[in-house]
Amino acid sequence: MSIRGRVWKYGDNVDTDAIIPARYLNTTSEQELASHAMEDWDATFAANVQPGDIIVAGKNFGCGSSREHAPVALKASGISCVVAENFARIFFRNSINIGLPILECPEAAQATEAGQTLEVDLAEGTIRNMDTGETYSAVPYPEFMLALIEAGGLIEYTRRQLQTEG
Amino acid sequence: MSNQQPMTMAQKILAAHTGREHLAVGELVDVNVDMVLANDITAPIAINEFARLGVDRVFDQERIALVPDHFAPNKDIKSAEQCKQMREFAHEYGIVNYFEVGRMGIEHALLPQEGLVLPGEVVVGADSHTCTYGAVGAFATGMGSTDIAVAMATGRIWMRVPETLKIVYVGERQPWVGGKDLILHTIGLIGVDGARYQAIEFTGPAIADLSMDNRLTMANMAIEAGAKAGMFPPDDITEAFVRSRAQRPYRTVGPDSGAEYARTIEIDVSQIEPTVSFPHLPSNARPLSQVGHVTIDQSVIGSCTNGRWEDLQQAAEILKGRQVHGGVRCIIIPGTQEIYLQAVRAGLAEIFVQAGAVFSTPTCGPCLGGYMGILAAGERCVSTTNRNFVGRMGHVDSEVYLAGPAVAAASAVLGYIGGPDQLPEADA
Ligand code: SF4
Repeated sequence: MSIRGRVWKYGDNVDTDAIIPARYLNTTSEQELASHAMEDWDATFAANVQPGDIIVAGKNFGCGSSREHAPVALKASGISCVVAENFARIFFRNSINIGLPILECPEAAQATEAGQTLEVDLAEGTIRNMDTGETYSAVPYPEFMLALIEAGGLIEYTRRQLQTEG
Repeated sequence: MSNQQPMTMAQKILAAHTGREHLAVGELVDVNVDMVLANDITAPIAINEFARLGVDRVFDQERIALVPDHFAPNKDIKSAEQCKQMREFAHEYGIVNYFEVGRMGIEHALLPQEGLVLPGEVVVGADSHTCTYGAVGAFATGMGSTDIAVAMATGRIWMRVPETLKIVYVGERQPWVGGKDLILHTIGLIGVDGARYQAIEFTGPAIADLSMDNRLTMANMAIEAGAKAGMFPPDDITEAFVRSRAQRPYRTVGPDSGAEYARTIEIDVSQIEPTVSFPHLPSNARPLSQVGHVTIDQSVIGSCTNGRWEDLQQAAEILKGRQVHGGVRCIIIPGTQEIYLQAVRAGLAEIFVQAGAVFSTPTCGPCLGGYMGILAAGERCVSTTNRNFVGRMGHVDSEVYLAGPAVAAASAVLGYIGGPDQLPEADA
């Protein structure tokens, strides 16, 4: 599966309060969450993000709370993929579980600039910068996680497992 | 005596919950869980996902805890709807440990108090500060709502066996230096990703006599260093705390001697002053002597980090016979109803109200910018909570300074960030 999108670039330690402030956690409406995505960090984001856009960030992306609302808000806002130097643990789990593709790739994260276009091949784990022509390889997923992604997330994976267990 | 490789506390607890003799770091395993937690913010998504699994019951009605604490007592209509959804789910599925407003507390103060999280157990919660229960010797970790939906249905969850960072505290603690100061200092040292994906073992002679309340404070903030869990190997203090509360039999588990650690660091606590973390990261820690003159508009004493009995006692010791500064709102929130009652009986409630502070029913409230103390643009708050991210407690241009209860109480009187030693004598 290949994804192509324009880059929003952020720095290190983008926390979950930045991705979706806690004051909006009184709803589970994906569209409502999306309308406040990144609000306190980048007030221009929600109004200008286009379907397919890609977030590129530094270290420890998604640190802080366990709120699944964070990857949900980004996915619902149209973000197709997040590339970062590395991710906070819970955000990583949550993204895989809900089917938001995320890739760990320090080289691509450092070299990419805002507004550039990236093409990401999820199966291959490659990231191509269309503006510079550079190609990067992301850290591959462990096999188990590939199975989760293939099933379409943790719920579908578990549902199938429960069925076979009878 | 087996000849297998020695294991860390994390490896041993996880091995015991996968039916394996030995687990290696990095293995992905399916783990049996002893307790599953969610709150009024994370439960609604978990409940929606649970419905998609196509099961008609939870794995164990006694091993799920649902706590309306974040926006409860309901702060607005939407919050009321979320709490209602959780309440109805609890009723429908016969969840024993649902705690209604009036009986609830902040989840991470409540569950240890109620003996629902025990040494040697695996606990997962849809809340990042689930790691708090490492203080009683559990392997406890935060996850998202979808993970929790699966755990509620199956009693199992996938995990990667983490490496462990061992922190050894040595030396003599200075006056007014508590668990909060130790952990803020530690996070300042290793950074907000200093223990990313790792478990932490908190050890050493300097914390051997540290009270359970202070240990809970430290384990609570393991996540602020990116850790998956932060544990105190069980000892007499653990045993004394859990013995009378435990609602199930348990088996204490400590690390093997000779276990392999990713890293061991030693911290000399005699060098640690009361500590304050500046905006906007918990790792921006500074000793009190280097804080400078920072005036404040609000002081919050409470949360799952510092809303326990000893925290309130310390605040009362400082506020007794003194007045909250005219330019400061001081908001004190006990962690649970039990602590609230204790504070009323012991006269703390009176001390707080006479000092001019708010004393409220348990809630997360201001900690996450929910309600009960939201900051306006440009306002500054010293807070015993655990996060000072941009906008955490209100307006994006407000600021949160993290500290322990002694500094937060003293600052409330001073009107600027300072310690108890800077206060004038109290009225008798
Ligand atoms: S008190 Fe704050 S950190 Fe603790 S559970 Fe509540 S919102 Fe989270």
